[in-house]
Amino acid sequence: MTTPGEPEAPTVPHPALWAVLYRSSTPFWEAVARHELSLQRCSGCKTWLMPPRPMCPRCQSAESEWVPVSGRGKIHSWVTYPESPHPAFEAPYSVILVELDEGVRLVSNPSGIAPEELEMDMPVEVVFEDVSDDFALYKFKRAG
Amino acid sequence: MTERTLKDKTAIVGIATTDLARDGGRTEYSLACEAVTRAVEDAGLEMADIDGIVKDISDGIDPMYLQKAVGIDNAQYCSDSHWGTSALMTGATAIAAGICNAVVYYRCLNGGSGRRAGNDFRAAREMQDEGLDLLRYDFYSPFGLLTPDGLAAMTARRYLHVHGIDADQVGWIPVVASEYAAKNPDAVFFDEAIGLDDYTRSALRVDPLRDLDCAPGVDGGLAIVLTRADRAKSLRQKAAVVMGVAQGTSTEGELLSNYSRPDIAALPEVRLMGEELFRVAGIDRGDINVAQLDDRYAPYVAMQLEELGFCERGSGVAFCEKGERIRVDGDLPLNTGGGFLGGGFTYGLNVIEAVRQIRGTSSSQVEDAEISLVVSGAGGPADGLILRRD
Repeated sequence: MTTPGEPEAPTVPHPALWAVLYRSSTPFWEAVARHELSLQRCSGCKTWLMPPRPMCPRCQSAESEWVPVSGRGKIHSWVTYPESPHPAFEAPYSVILVELDEGVRLVSNPSGIAPEELEMDMPVEVVFEDVSDDFALYKFKRAG
Repeated sequence: MTERTLKDKTAIVGIATTDLARDGGRTEYSLACEAVTRAVEDAGLEMADIDGIVKDISDGIDPMYLQKAVGIDNAQYCSDSHWGTSALMTGATAIAAGICNAVVYYRCLNGGSGRRAGNDFRAAREMQDEGLDLLRYDFYSPFGLLTPDGLAAMTARRYLHVHGIDADQVGWIPVVASEYAAKNPDAVFFDEAIGLDDYTRSALRVDPLRDLDCAPGVDGGLAIVLTRADRAKSLRQKAAVVMGVAQGTSTEGELLSNYSRPDIAALPEVRLMGEELFRVAGIDRGDINVAQLDDRYAPYVAMQLEELGFCERGSGVAFCEKGERIRVDGDLPLNTGGGFLGGGFTYGLNVIEAVRQIRGTSSSQVEDAEISLVVSGAGGPADGLILRRD
């Protein structure tokens, strides 16, 4: 429901909401909604599984666990969209690939870092932004 | 050592493209019918001779409906494969195994005007609705990494960084592609060749990729006919004999977004495929007279040159510098029809150019071209083909 003075809700659903479609990743997003970064790891050989999947490619174990991670890492690469392909994103905006201290890489957005300030190997740490009551996104700010 | 069972067993004897256009205004079904009919005619075969059909998994036209329209009544082999030459590998395998005698490959799409996930968000979303690439949309879309161009740009930046490459120098690849395209009447893009200045002044698509680094979509269809090499001798066209064909996939593969593998600035599946391709063909890199690589994204051309062993890792951009090595009189004439950058992104198009080089009918003909290489699938499953004159 729209209250007076508020902008009208966008007619195209936010891409964040697509995430819930994929079952293997549901625990990941449930943790993010609680402002926790938790990744899937093979219970057998302890290989990190990102993106999540039903089986470990190293030992073929179907048993896995969700393990909280540090949320600290470095920028491994990034791109900047000068024009937005979707109304949910205001251009220019950047997308970063973060390599966590655990060695796992996550696609995300920078928080409080302008596109021209991004640098390779810049230390970053996770922050959370609520999208709705039960959905949040993880982003990365400069490490303090 | 594995027996080289596919070497010299088959030959490409028919090729055809429909009109290629930014907006063709025709259905993919009608494009497929025209391309297949004309390729069979080009081979000097009758439709009744075709007993096998292969296509890319992403092609929308089901062989059943193609058969109903073009009159292939008694096919005994139909198969989907990955992109580009991997479908031809499937066809060559079936012929070599004695399953069928003549296979037609087709690839038809409205990539310029309609359904393709280039930089078009709606097309990307449509693909998601079809159940393709759910992982990509799960972990990338929420952050606005919505297009294949963006996915490729992430890899490109890391590649440029790791090897200390000046991004402007990548421009030689589209510059030379534009020179070839300007000479090729079939190539939709680049009526005139551009210079490096045009490249460095051009708009950023998704930084660090420029518009000129990204092959545009195109509407059109193409078809290729493959038959037994012994039968090819009596047919209408000069045969392009399949010396070698190979595929490769690797660790943590995705389509363009191979971000979980140890080194994202590499294409390990191209390396794997290339080593096998040269092994089965029984030739070396220096024996290649002309090459068509996958130039959907310009930096990936440099990466393929490295992974295929034409130059050292990190030196693919330098290999193309000033264009001297890759022009028609260079050491390795590259993408001589203008590539996907000049002709539009559709797999199979570079196979057609590879065959033209063997026939001696290219718009930028390499003198005495005897051995012709074609590779597709850079950034996803890789596949390649080596053709030779009969």
